[in-house]
Amino acid sequence: MSRSEFGDGVAKAVPVIISASPFAVLFGAIAVANGLTVFEAGLTSATVFAGASQLVGIELFGNHVPAWLIILSVFAVNFRHVLYSAALTPLIEHFSLGQKAATLFLLTDPQFAESLKRREIGKQVTFSWYMGLGLPIFVAWVAMTLVGAFFGKLIGDPARFGLDVLLPIYFMALVLGFRRRSNFLPVVAVSAVASVIAHKTVGSPWHVSIGAIAGVLAAALMPPPVKRKPDEEAHSLEAGQ
Amino acid sequence: MNTLLTADMLVIILGCALATYATRISGYLLIRRMKNIPPRMDAALNAVPAAVLTTLVAPAFVAGGLEVKVALAVSLLAGLWLSTIPMLLAGWAVAVAIRHLVL
Repeated sequence: MSRSEFGDGVAKAVPVIISASPFAVLFGAIAVANGLTVFEAGLTSATVFAGASQLVGIELFGNHVPAWLIILSVFAVNFRHVLYSAALTPLIEHFSLGQKAATLFLLTDPQFAESLKRREIGKQVTFSWYMGLGLPIFVAWVAMTLVGAFFGKLIGDPARFGLDVLLPIYFMALVLGFRRRSNFLPVVAVSAVASVIAHKTVGSPWHVSIGAIAGVLAAALMPPPVKRKPDEEAHSLEAGQ
Repeated sequence: MNTLLTADMLVIILGCALATYATRISGYLLIRRMKNIPPRMDAALNAVPAAVLTTLVAPAFVAGGLEVKVALAVSLLAGLWLSTIPMLLAGWAVAVAIRHLVL
């Protein structure tokens, strides 16, 4: 049972690893180009484990921005995890404290999206399943960072191979995964407009937090259209299968 | 460059790691203190993933060149029918084709 749960998680990890690996390689290559050692690049991926923020951080590091501002920018890009961990809490109540600590360390965009998807089809998020998904992603992220750091010079300009367009497309795929939720279109519209305006005025990386807060506030201020009852939805889905 | 790790770099890396882990546990700690989740907060939490992820896409679309705009538009259409990997391949192929043939 627990073995097949782990296997279910691993199966979901495969597309995540394929789409995230270019960014790990990219991070490793840019990190070494900006003066980090191979070990430092790997250590960053193993301790921070948050791709978009690592790329923002290494970009700032390359521009000789003060350390506290780099850390603050990484915090700003990762602020969404506050909201993720809040939304994940009801799903992991049955985990032990140590399991929760490990679970929250591995909390990434795809990990969060897949966990909520699993809950919405009526399956429980078990620790085995969560680790089956998260551990291969973590190992691959660190390994591909080292690959990028070692062979960075072979990649050259990432835009020449079109690798730079993968990141926004990948995030858009994650957005589309939530399109059946109530308030989806108004939330996306508000976040899009707010983040674009913030990007042009306040600048990166603050547009992430500003746009996200605008979208979340919009959802909170709108009258709830239909009362969501996740348990009933889940059960009816299960019965229908 | 012969050293494995400098002290300055270690401080920055661990600072970023701690800041990131703080974001990952604080939502959990906040929710644990509240017994019942009010409906509006429930609606807000439900909107989190779409709201956050959109901010990583929309500015990239606006700031990107022609090939990025077309690639994202094609991926959006592809994403309504296909899963993530074919969607990534479709968008990537369109961007590379425009860069080599048009720009």
